[in-house]
Amino acid sequence: MFTYYLDLALRSLKRNKVLTALMVLAIAVGIGASMTTLTVVHLLSGDPIPGKSSVLYFPQLDPENPARADHTEPYAVMDYRSAVDLWSAHRADRQAILTSSSVKVRAAETGRPPLMLGLLSTSSDFFPMFQVPFQYGSGWSAEDDARHARVAVISHDLNDKLFGGANSVGRSLRVRDTDVRIVGVLKPWRPTPLFYDPWPQNFSKTEDVFAPFTSSMEINEGNFLPYTCWHVPEDTHHLQNADCVWVWLWAELDSPAKAAAYARFVADYAEQQKAMGRFATGREHVRVRDVMTMLTARGMVPGDVRLQAWLASAFLAICLFNAVGLLLAKFLRRSGEIGVRRALGASRRAIFAQCLVEAGVIGLLGGFFGWLLTLAGLWLVRQQPVDYAHLAHLDTGMFLATFVMAIAASLLAGVIPALRASRVVPAWQLKAL
Amino acid sequence: MQIRPILAALRRHRLATLLIAMEVALACAVLCNACFLVVQRWKLIQIHSGVDESALAVLTVNGFDPSQAADVNARMLTGLRSIPGMQSVTVINQVPFGPQAGAAGVSHDPGSFKNTIGVVDFVLGGPGTYEALGLKLVEGRLPQADDYRPATNFAPPDAQVLVSRALADHAWPGESPLGKDFWCDKLHFRVMGVVDHLARAHPHDWGTQATEWTVFTPTLPGGSLAGTYLLRANPHDLPRVLHEARDAVAKIAPHVVLDQENSQTIGDLRADYFKSDRIMIDLLIGVIVTMLGVTALGIVGLASFWVQQRRRQIGIRRAIGATRTDILRYFQTENFLIVTGGIVLGMALAYALNLLLMQHYELPRLPVYYLPIGALVLWGLGQLAVLGPALRAAAVPPVVATRSV
Repeated sequence: MFTYYLDLALRSLKRNKVLTALMVLAIAVGIGASMTTLTVVHLLSGDPIPGKSSVLYFPQLDPENPARADHTEPYAVMDYRSAVDLWSAHRADRQAILTSSSVKVRAAETGRPPLMLGLLSTSSDFFPMFQVPFQYGSGWSAEDDARHARVAVISHDLNDKLFGGANSVGRSLRVRDTDVRIVGVLKPWRPTPLFYDPWPQNFSKTEDVFAPFTSSMEINEGNFLPYTCWHVPEDTHHLQNADCVWVWLWAELDSPAKAAAYARFVADYAEQQKAMGRFATGREHVRVRDVMTMLTARGMVPGDVRLQAWLASAFLAICLFNAVGLLLAKFLRRSGEIGVRRALGASRRAIFAQCLVEAGVIGLLGGFFGWLLTLAGLWLVRQQPVDYAHLAHLDTGMFLATFVMAIAASLLAGVIPALRASRVVPAWQLKAL
Repeated sequence: MQIRPILAALRRHRLATLLIAMEVALACAVLCNACFLVVQRWKLIQIHSGVDESALAVLTVNGFDPSQAADVNARMLTGLRSIPGMQSVTVINQVPFGPQAGAAGVSHDPGSFKNTIGVVDFVLGGPGTYEALGLKLVEGRLPQADDYRPATNFAPPDAQVLVSRALADHAWPGESPLGKDFWCDKLHFRVMGVVDHLARAHPHDWGTQATEWTVFTPTLPGGSLAGTYLLRANPHDLPRVLHEARDAVAKIAPHVVLDQENSQTIGDLRADYFKSDRIMIDLLIGVIVTMLGVTALGIVGLASFWVQQRRRQIGIRRAIGATRTDILRYFQTENFLIVTGGIVLGMALAYALNLLLMQHYELPRLPVYYLPIGALVLWGLGQLAVLGPALRAAAVPPVVATRSV
């Protein structure tokens, strides 16, 4: 029966090519626009470190004193003292302390002019915690952290640029005025979003140089920039004792019980600092969030992208109304034919099914062209000067979703016209013949 | 033209009528809001920076220590000034649409941040920078030689400054800002003059009211004021001058690193800064056009169907004396009625959509005059779309009445 309906549907679609093309086009355009924007939203709100995102926690507290009345959330990052206190307490399975700055880098042996690069100052646990992949060598050890070792890990890009992709472990790199030994080279690694860095909507690349927090405080002294300050620092180049926030932490906690205990520990620390008079607020401004909660809190999907998704949905709705109208016209135009089929014994259900098959075929065609339009739309997104442009690709899930959505949309659009068509009174139509 | 028979006919086609009306309503809601968004974005990218954009470029170098700042400044100023066609080279900390260097909260009182004014951009400039920028003084006096003080911190500790008119109006509404004091923690500033316009580095980031909350602070180069240079040249010379200046850096100061991305003409920086807004405007216009196209096609499709369905009736009407014009008017009036229904619903929807957008974005209320404009556009579109089918209907010969189908 289905093949017969399919045959009927194709015949009917062929009969009025312009109307068919209009319907397919309307569905394709609506699907193309909405799938393009939905794919971007889907990709931007994805999990940057699947499998581990629920055991990595981002602690925040509020060292601002006096407190600002309009603050209900702590700053994204901490002051130096709080961060170092929490980090050196070693209360998590693994913990990393982080801050980023820019630094002048040369490879003396290559004779290239110096480069200004991003420097991520962190601690040894960073690499295993974030499952950072290594091409050559490895990260540094906790002892290296403790003895302020002059070592560094470099990105795949930088290794290509300076050493032509060769194994550069053991070679030396001049970071500002200090020679550091390269201990590891990363494989291409670009977590998206760059979740370990707490600035909102950050889809940029990782830093190019990773060095121990302890030693880079000395190497790049004076070049760390605060996120913000609540008192103008005496010396803008020495932030260690300034009332500024610029350092942050990550903790790995592999069970909910440990996570709860860690959150209590951070809250107790804030309360203790409040009692000492260093903080103005205590546990009420303490947050310990896992990766996805933290990303949601900081708002990962840019406003423009959400706006585009809204627009595309409204657009799809208009296209659907259009499709319903055209299908109605198409089915009712064939009232005579339907009357004959009914008179020859076809049930209302059969007519209804036949009409829906026709709508489904239109949906399939619309889905196909919608898929092409989605690919074109994503290509356009990749041409945009936005830092998430490289992400805009259609994955299998969204590819299937395109067709599911197109067929569902056209079936939905087909229901009312099909119901109407199945209620055609055969006698009237036969009389008119 | 009699409306009652048309309404009677439409009552027989409630579903199709409703569909077209809904489509028109949605189109009306999206049209009004999308146009409003386009206009808002357009206003945003038209922001007045207050500086002579076409004659200015900025060149940034880094990778040197504060102790070397004086030396770098001296080398760069002499070296860059020797480039033919260069009118002036001065030290500055930030330019409109470039990287932000000195945003800080300021207040009417010292020490605390009570009685705050807001977060402002401190534009620090060495001697000659004010003139090079081409700012326009509207009140007070210009900085004199002894107004330039060294910046021990991110700004001089006690300075005579120029504020933008927007900031003056915000901080001291209805009063003369001249001689007024304000503070950033313990740093003290006194207003000596007001400039007409001066945009902050990232005007977008601070809300539509605060795009020009800027303080021009005369500062002696050195210390934290080093590495960013404002170049001025004839607009048609500027690209060449900037190119030569970028190439000259390696010779002037071999140990510093040129910041490629941020050494550009102000015009290019501006274009970069607003690129995503321009794309959004293009996209919105694209959506509006396609959406109107789809709506028109829907109207054409359904009207054609009705014309075909009513061929006999049209023939009968023609046979009993209706003119072609009568038939044409019938379909045009019918379309007008349906579209009007859609527009009435669409206006309510437009407001609902606007309220929704206001919740999620920093967007003002939709001005009322958008609604009649949207209505006119949709009426026009409806009439245009129905014209083809209606002409076909008018061409139906009366003899059809005598035939069966």
